[in-house]
Amino acid sequence: MIRIAKRSEVSKNRNVLTRIAAIIMALMLSALFIVFLGHDPLKVYLSMIEGSFGSVYRFKETIISTIPLTITSLGILLAFKMKFWNIGAEGQMIMGAFLASYFALNYPDMNRLVLLTLMLVAGAVGGGIWGLIPAYFKSKYGTNEVLFTLMMNYIALKWITYLQYGPWKDKNALGFPKIPNFTSNAVLPKLFGIHVGWLIAIILTALVYVFIHYTKKGYEINVIGESESTGAYAGMNVRKIILQAMFLGGALAGISGMIQASAVSGTLSVEVTGGVGYTAIIVTWLSGLSAPLIVIVSFLFAILIQGGSYIQTAFQIPQSAAQILQGMILLFVLGSEFFVKYQIIYKNIKLKKKEGK
Amino acid sequence: MFKKSFVVFMSLLLVLSMLFVGCAKEEAAPEETAPAAEEAAPEEALKVGFVYVGPIGDGGWSYSHNEGRLYLEEQLGVETLYKESVPEGPEVEKVMKDMIDQGAKAIFVTSFGYMDYVVNVAEEFPEVTFMHCSGYKDAPNMNNYFGRIYEARYLSGIVAGLKTETDKIGYVAAYEIPEVIRGINAFTLGVQSVNEDATVAVRWTHTWYDPAKEKEAAKALLDEGVDVIAQHQDTAGPQQAAEERGAFSIGYHTDMKDTAPNAYMTAPIWDWGPYYTEQVEKIMNGEWTNEPYWGGMEDGVVKLAELTENAPEGAQAAVDEALQALKEGTLSVFAGPIYDQEGNMMVEEGTEMSDGDMLSMGWFVKGVEGKIE
Repeated sequence: MIRIAKRSEVSKNRNVLTRIAAIIMALMLSALFIVFLGHDPLKVYLSMIEGSFGSVYRFKETIISTIPLTITSLGILLAFKMKFWNIGAEGQMIMGAFLASYFALNYPDMNRLVLLTLMLVAGAVGGGIWGLIPAYFKSKYGTNEVLFTLMMNYIALKWITYLQYGPWKDKNALGFPKIPNFTSNAVLPKLFGIHVGWLIAIILTALVYVFIHYTKKGYEINVIGESESTGAYAGMNVRKIILQAMFLGGALAGISGMIQASAVSGTLSVEVTGGVGYTAIIVTWLSGLSAPLIVIVSFLFAILIQGGSYIQTAFQIPQSAAQILQGMILLFVLGSEFFVKYQIIYKNIKLKKKEGK
Repeated sequence: MFKKSFVVFMSLLLVLSMLFVGCAKEEAAPEETAPAAEEAAPEEALKVGFVYVGPIGDGGWSYSHNEGRLYLEEQLGVETLYKESVPEGPEVEKVMKDMIDQGAKAIFVTSFGYMDYVVNVAEEFPEVTFMHCSGYKDAPNMNNYFGRIYEARYLSGIVAGLKTETDKIGYVAAYEIPEVIRGINAFTLGVQSVNEDATVAVRWTHTWYDPAKEKEAAKALLDEGVDVIAQHQDTAGPQQAAEERGAFSIGYHTDMKDTAPNAYMTAPIWDWGPYYTEQVEKIMNGEWTNEPYWGGMEDGVVKLAELTENAPEGAQAAVDEALQALKEGTLSVFAGPIYDQEGNMMVEEGTEMSDGDMLSMGWFVKGVEGKIE
């Protein structure tokens, strides 16, 4: 038998190395899959990079994909720091987008700056409340937050479906179920050719970094993540801190949803998140819960997304192939966690065999 | 321990940097050759993009458009790009822009829900030609095109009307938009032209492509006592339901004989190839206009698939007769008198519905059981 033992200490080097190795192995296994599809994997990978950087347009699209991933991951980071496993960023994004859309659709002619500010606040509040609900039940009744937040995603999604088919349906669309487009007042302006979401993302990353490392609240979140009872013993109001952090985390996801609805979609639809809420979980995890690293990992994932979309038309590879690539990376990275925390000891096998003989 | 990790790390770094060097070279090469190729290429080297709402393997709507794309490639030798399963939302704007970025000069956008986004992108890229299927908006560089599939549906209604014994026919339908409503009405008029007592029960799925949901909808209709299932969906789900229950079915888009050998009788089908080829030729010759196109049986863009042995006796003769009349113009599907569900006269005797009224149809004819929400 192989013996598995917990590592006494986890070095940072090993942590990073294991993850890089996991990604490389995922790329290699995906390469096999690409060969199976009848393409040259090296060519495909290279054209993924070309598809994300090959022209100014493509580079801009890559940045546009990076923005929601970054902001949503920052929101998830706050929860994960407390070991509160928030799977509900998707729903929090949707509810942020929903509340922001409420103002966009009902006050289309308001002063642009006022309307956009209102939408941003509404997005934060919408997402924040959606994050607060599972936190409340967890702290009050000890419910499982993984299931709770996951289910909240479906409620949010069905709520938008209801609006799209019912009360918010565009009367001018001849029965086609879509919500009317926002007026140009409700669309975020561009800065250097890309919507200002990129600036918001950078500011929020800095804010979250400072919050985690240089504020009392951030410190408390860290402590609770290490051990709730330590926090309680030190006189912290654990329940209150969890609620506050989840509101902030949800608010970040909500802002990301607002940005997508306003700047990318120009309306609200069931597709508004494009699955970012789930991808962001992977991003947060891969970043090792570090705000600056989230930006880098988001950018790498944006290359996967934008490049994946490019190879689909360039090589006529099915859409699912790029998703398989993402799935493999996640699987390998999660699998590698095991090797970070545990070690397999072979020596004992030999010893045992000898003893047996 | 540390030393070993360090060695591993350095070797990984080396591999990665080699990869990047490789990239740089690879990237540089096409850049050098690309402009030269563009200069050398004559004007007719047109790249054409296709946007599909479902996967091309759906055996339905997107499949039929993709067949048209392949026909176009074969006929004119133009290069094509396509993207499958594009949602009917704002994402389609990015898909079209991606295609333009990759050199597409003409794009066929093949679902109703893309319409507003095509208008947006068409405004932004006046040098690109857009052809939007099944909508009604246009722009100087964007037309809308469609086929009078309702004529083929009318013919399939004749087959269903002759077949049904319970005088109840089921119709699994996608969305409450004029295109679908028009199809249900034409089908019902076809049914009633041979069987006055038969009614058509409608069930909405609110999907174009969801095999399980569409199959369930058909099953629910069969539970209500219908014995023939027709569909306005992109999957063969309803066909499978009919096959499993020993009922009969009318397909859509393509011949669905293999999916439901004991149930399938016929289907209204599409043939886009010739139209696509004609349009692309016109673009290449600079003769393209944004004139809307709505071709019928006489153009061959819509057809009725060959009847199988499941079809009732006499159906072939009845269909042939009606088809002849349609082609000659002596028969018009929406010619009066036509009544709505409440019995109000909607089209008076001796008159015909205009194309405009047909394109915005929002009511059911008498004989349809169902509601437009």
